[in-house]
Amino acid sequence: MAFKLNSDRFRTAVLELIRRASTDLSLDVVKSITDARDSEEEGSAARGVLTAILKNIERAREKSTPICQDTGTNIYYVTLPEGLSMRRISDIILSATREATRKLYLRPNAVDPVTGKNSGDNTGIMSPDIHFDEWDEPAIRVRLVLKGGGCENVSAQYTLPDTSLKAGRDLEGVYRCILDAVVQAQGKGCAPGILGVGVGGDRSIGMILAKKQLFRKLDDVNPDSDLAKLENRLLKDLNSLGIGPMGFGGKTTALAVKIGKAHRLPASFFVSVSYMCWADRRKSMLFSDLEVIYD
Amino acid sequence: MIELKLPIDEKRIRDLKVGDDVLISGRMITGRDAAHAWLVKEKPDEVRNYLKDSMIYHCGPVVKRTEKSWEFIAAGPTTSIREEPYQGTVIKEYGLRGVIGKGGMGPTTLKALQDCGAVYLHAIGGLATLIAESVTNVQGVLKLEEFGIPEALWIIEVRNFPAVVTMDSYGNSLHRDIFERSDAVRKRLMDK
Repeated sequence: MAFKLNSDRFRTAVLELIRRASTDLSLDVVKSITDARDSEEEGSAARGVLTAILKNIERAREKSTPICQDTGTNIYYVTLPEGLSMRRISDIILSATREATRKLYLRPNAVDPVTGKNSGDNTGIMSPDIHFDEWDEPAIRVRLVLKGGGCENVSAQYTLPDTSLKAGRDLEGVYRCILDAVVQAQGKGCAPGILGVGVGGDRSIGMILAKKQLFRKLDDVNPDSDLAKLENRLLKDLNSLGIGPMGFGGKTTALAVKIGKAHRLPASFFVSVSYMCWADRRKSMLFSDLEVIYD
Repeated sequence: MIELKLPIDEKRIRDLKVGDDVLISGRMITGRDAAHAWLVKEKPDEVRNYLKDSMIYHCGPVVKRTEKSWEFIAAGPTTSIREEPYQGTVIKEYGLRGVIGKGGMGPTTLKALQDCGAVYLHAIGGLATLIAESVTNVQGVLKLEEFGIPEALWIIEVRNFPAVVTMDSYGNSLHRDIFERSDAVRKRLMDK
């Protein structure tokens, strides 16, 4: 069945995707924060913080205002049916982005690093960040993450071996890097965080892979059993660090650890850690001729 | 819960200790990266009045233009540590009594808080909608054209803005303590 793109309809759908991403946190994330609140001591700072966070999530949804004022780098993964123009889709996403900024779903967030000028509408050089691939379905899938600057700033990339961490070129070494990244981040990335990790690749592939993990549901299980084991071990140990929500202390330092791998060069072994704040604004949509399904 | 009214004097600030929950009301100003560089390099006189005995809020808000003024839509804190090279100087130069942000600050700021009688207050990161609701009025804005909306200095009135004292005027820092404790756990886990 051939897919025919109705540009106006697609633009409206992307605008709605941005609105939902910015103002309405996904259910699995809300559930994870709710469970975390219930696990913290009655009367503790940690419980107070998580209670306020849950109230903020609710208010943002009701009022359709951004959960966090830093609406971040807008990272898109678009999967197209064969033959559709990437340039045309990009133009529509850019147009929806400008409209979303006017409607205050997004803060004007694109600053020229040389002149210091804010473009005012979130578009600019390599902004937003759009990736494409293709599939056989007669529909477009668009996945979007809004990744704030605070958590991006505490993200890190390690090269193994790392003498100071006594980290070798194995999963034990990977474990040590992630532990270190979270201790260095403290509350600054808006803990409790979600750790997207890329093992292997080159520097750019590693980071892309790390960020791609952020599209996974928090309660999914890694199909690679070694990585699944490492994810579980890390989540348990990260939550024993005592950093807690916002770095105020407590049992909840991380909500999830998601690790992916990519083939590396014999000479390189990168561990790329992408820290995502609790305001894990990820949404996807499936756009077909008949309907638009958001998740 | 301790209620703080701005402007505020040194004595009131010296009463505050790490861990105190506060609700702030009165006039304050936002300022982040571009603002701090400007305050230190150019020492502009037009802001002195807004900073003296008041507080600066590390925040890059989402703001709506209304017919007569502006309205804060989303206004959680931004990471404070980026202002570490400037904050001590800004506290001393302008007589600030408080810095509001997230993530805590370093030893230079902690020293200035101690020397001058000021505190660092932690707002909850990402609490954009709730904090925006505590902003009752936008009195004005400085450097909007040049710095853009997130980086401009917004003069705001707040009512019951929630925050926690995490660095006080006696050299105490929750951030330093939590770092030391969590780093000790990290070492234990790595030595296993």
